[in-house]
Amino acid sequence: MRDLLSGPPAVVAAGVDVFSAALREQGTRVADVDWRPPAFGDPGDLAALALDPRRAAANRTAVERVLAAGSQLVDVRPAREVLGLDDRTLLHSGPPLTWAAASGPMRGALVGACLFEGWAADVEDAERLLASGGVALDPCHHRSAVGPMAGVTSPSMWTWCLEDPVGGGRAYCNLNEGLGKVLRMGAFDEEVLTRLAWMRDVLGPLLARAVRSMPEPLDVKAVLAQMLQMGDEGHNRNRAGSLMALRDLAPALVALHAPGDDVAAALRFIGGNEHFFLNLGMPTAKLAMDAARDVPGSTMVTVMSRNGTEFGVQTAGTGDRWFTGPAQTPVGLFLGDYGPDDANPDIGDSAIMETYGVGGFSMAAAPAIVRFVGGTVPDALATTERMYQLTLAENPAMAIPVLGFRGAPTGIDVLSVARTGWLPQINTGMAGRVAGTGQVGAGLVQPPRECFEQALAALAQEARTPR
Amino acid sequence: MSAPAAGPGVRHVSLRGGVYADSVRLMQVSRDVGARDGVTAVLVAMATPLNVDLAAGMGLAPDADASAEQLLIGIRAVDDDALAAAVAAVDAALAERERSRATADAQPARTTGAALDEAPDVPTLAIVSVPGQYAVLEAADAIAAGRSVLVFSDGVPVEQEVALKRAARAAGVLVMGPDCGTAIVSGVALGFADVVRPGPVGVVAASGTGAQQVSCLLDMAGVGVSHVLGVGGRDLSEAVGGLATLDALAALDADPATERVLVVSKPPAPAVADAVADAASRLTTPVRSAVLSPETPDLTAAVEALLADMGVPVPAWPLREGNGATPAAGAVLKGCYSGGTLADEAMLVAAPALGDVRSNTPLRPELGIAVDPSAPDLSAPGHVVVDFGDDALTVGRAHPMIDPTLRLEAIARLAASGEPAVLLLDVVLGYGADPDPAASLAPALAAAGLPTVVALVGTDADPQGWSRQADALAAAGAAVFASNAAATRHALDLLGAAR
Repeated sequence: MRDLLSGPPAVVAAGVDVFSAALREQGTRVADVDWRPPAFGDPGDLAALALDPRRAAANRTAVERVLAAGSQLVDVRPAREVLGLDDRTLLHSGPPLTWAAASGPMRGALVGACLFEGWAADVEDAERLLASGGVALDPCHHRSAVGPMAGVTSPSMWTWCLEDPVGGGRAYCNLNEGLGKVLRMGAFDEEVLTRLAWMRDVLGPLLARAVRSMPEPLDVKAVLAQMLQMGDEGHNRNRAGSLMALRDLAPALVALHAPGDDVAAALRFIGGNEHFFLNLGMPTAKLAMDAARDVPGSTMVTVMSRNGTEFGVQTAGTGDRWFTGPAQTPVGLFLGDYGPDDANPDIGDSAIMETYGVGGFSMAAAPAIVRFVGGTVPDALATTERMYQLTLAENPAMAIPVLGFRGAPTGIDVLSVARTGWLPQINTGMAGRVAGTGQVGAGLVQPPRECFEQALAALAQEARTPR
Repeated sequence: MSAPAAGPGVRHVSLRGGVYADSVRLMQVSRDVGARDGVTAVLVAMATPLNVDLAAGMGLAPDADASAEQLLIGIRAVDDDALAAAVAAVDAALAERERSRATADAQPARTTGAALDEAPDVPTLAIVSVPGQYAVLEAADAIAAGRSVLVFSDGVPVEQEVALKRAARAAGVLVMGPDCGTAIVSGVALGFADVVRPGPVGVVAASGTGAQQVSCLLDMAGVGVSHVLGVGGRDLSEAVGGLATLDALAALDADPATERVLVVSKPPAPAVADAVADAASRLTTPVRSAVLSPETPDLTAAVEALLADMGVPVPAWPLREGNGATPAAGAVLKGCYSGGTLADEAMLVAAPALGDVRSNTPLRPELGIAVDPSAPDLSAPGHVVVDFGDDALTVGRAHPMIDPTLRLEAIARLAASGEPAVLLLDVVLGYGADPDPAASLAPALAAAGLPTVVALVGTDADPQGWSRQADALAAAGAAVFASNAAATRHALDLLGAAR
């Protein structure tokens, strides 16, 4: 009976406070649990999960795989070559979606992609094509890919190809277009299409040659770890990471002896785009979370993602099943004259960062961002503290300086979400509701509770009838 | 990987993945470990080409190819012991984390698991008194964290109890309860428990007030207890199979402070009784049982037998003679209890003399009565013992050991009915109980004017003080006994029905 009878106990007490008071009267150390009834979940389901003999080991396995996964940049390829995109398929962010259910920015991005690929002559033509089902839509997540905001990825866009040297997994993400009027925010005007064409014709091939020429693959996980110590949280703030990526890519780009104007334009584009690294950070998180897929009995979340209409989550214990609810509209700060009415509901695969424990979960690491996303420094610290109570582990590779280099809270436990009533915190950008607008702001958002309610019920069902 | 050094002393060189710390932190670790006795060189650093070169210069080059995201640990020491200690010191330093203190309002722990995470190194016991349907969540947290847990909550389904106790056994911890009101661990009273002197007797109890009765009597005999481990009223049922009782017996057997064990319970399922007896016979510590049944001695007698085993003289159990009313002709016994075990014991002691005793928790089903919680009384015909601590009477209100309202109402109704009666009741002292039960009870007893006998369970060290409470109750006319069995027999004497 480990430690029980070896000396006076120190006590953790959940429930009525009369017992804690009596213990304090006796000079005993007592920590009170700020207990309240679980926010959701049938008591029988909660008990089934709490008592599932597989759960502890399964969650340990799942989170250890997440922590162990690495991420190396190994190639840059056109999406059609690595994502199996045929000539009339577009990938999008979030859970599965139809054109009819798509929100403004998603429609804008899909229209823009049809124009960019030359599948439609004009906007009306593109809308007709999409409405007729002439283009197949598939979530990025179904192809080991992730895309920020609308996440629309078309066959001729170039994608980063990352590999987990530990588990051997691969993950992909398109190239970041910069800020403002960009396809991922639903804009598709001439400026957007011109930039995409330059990225296709100049930037992508240059990056591909540069990455392939590097003597060692870029260790993206190590960059992510360092940026967290430099004031980025890896989701809404990627300034340090983008510059570190530029530092590592620049010599290889220059050494290609490509036309000087092209190299200069590429360097200027990367250096001028604070979010350039996001599209490397996201597949890094994706590699880690995919490493934890399909662990029977695990209640850990492997995907949080949104398509602008619905929020979806997946868990390690339930494979590829989506659990969805209506996407919420973020709260935060707006660019220029834009206001809350202009913002589209939450959109993008970028919540993979929070699923991995950075982004909003590591908000304490990014004091420079907290006001931008509508909070104070103590709010940021409190947010990260709360997230520790939702998660299974602290990621030693992702240290948060202000918290005494404590590791990022990693591995969301559906059961803990239900019990605490705290929902995961996500830092996010805001796209305009109207197709073609672009970015209108950035802020904070939480998943709808329904996702976790459904996941909990499914996990409990699975716990009662293990495969 | 550790290999003998080419030079003097021994060395350890290893590479680890999945760990990143900034160079300042790693330089601190290197410096601190390098300052230890017997350590001659240390390099803990990310395995960048620069650092690998540095290590090679120190004779600490890794055997395998290193990459920059790996952590390189190289140590040279004078002997194997110093080397092993240095490696352990590196591990400890890397695992060490300053707790976050930057935030003014730290987030309170919402779950037992989160609270245990906050104090990872403190040997800790968890107490769970949340509503029964959720108790399993908190208890499972404690077991997963390798901590024993006392589940005070009632209403936990028996299959959950079994699952928790099985998990606890696998984890090497103890689940006390569910529905466990009483425990004393190394002198600390948990739940409803008395301040009892330390001593050689360990108590395992499937009964809360039963555990209080025996521990207080052991205290009054000058013996005292090592620990009182409540296991929950269902532990010795066939469904649970004595899982916690067997684990508690093993724990007490291994405990150097425990020289004797007393098991207090209602009659166990026969197969479980055999298993417990079999386990007890294999312990080095002598075990005696106090089982509440028609065939066995009462709790006080069981304690007296244990004292005889130990060669300790049985003291005169404390009492206060009351000077209250004399029973009228035809008086019946009206028991008004807060402790279920004590109510059972009173009925077991009284039934041979009185015959049938009716109760809401009867000895035999056909003697059952219902008690209306909105108008509680003791008015069933004949001899009646009501357990006001029964779950049916505590819905939406505190236990009668804390809240006297229902019992005071019942006493007033009994007095008003004019039915000739001897009133028998228990008053249980200790932590968690009413801070001054006599303050409300003594005036009520005086007003009722009935011949009254009180079983006062407690010690003088309790916050309420046995003598102080006894004096106040005796002043109101009650005869007060430390032993519930003695109190019941005194009531029988008053009824003129003593054996």
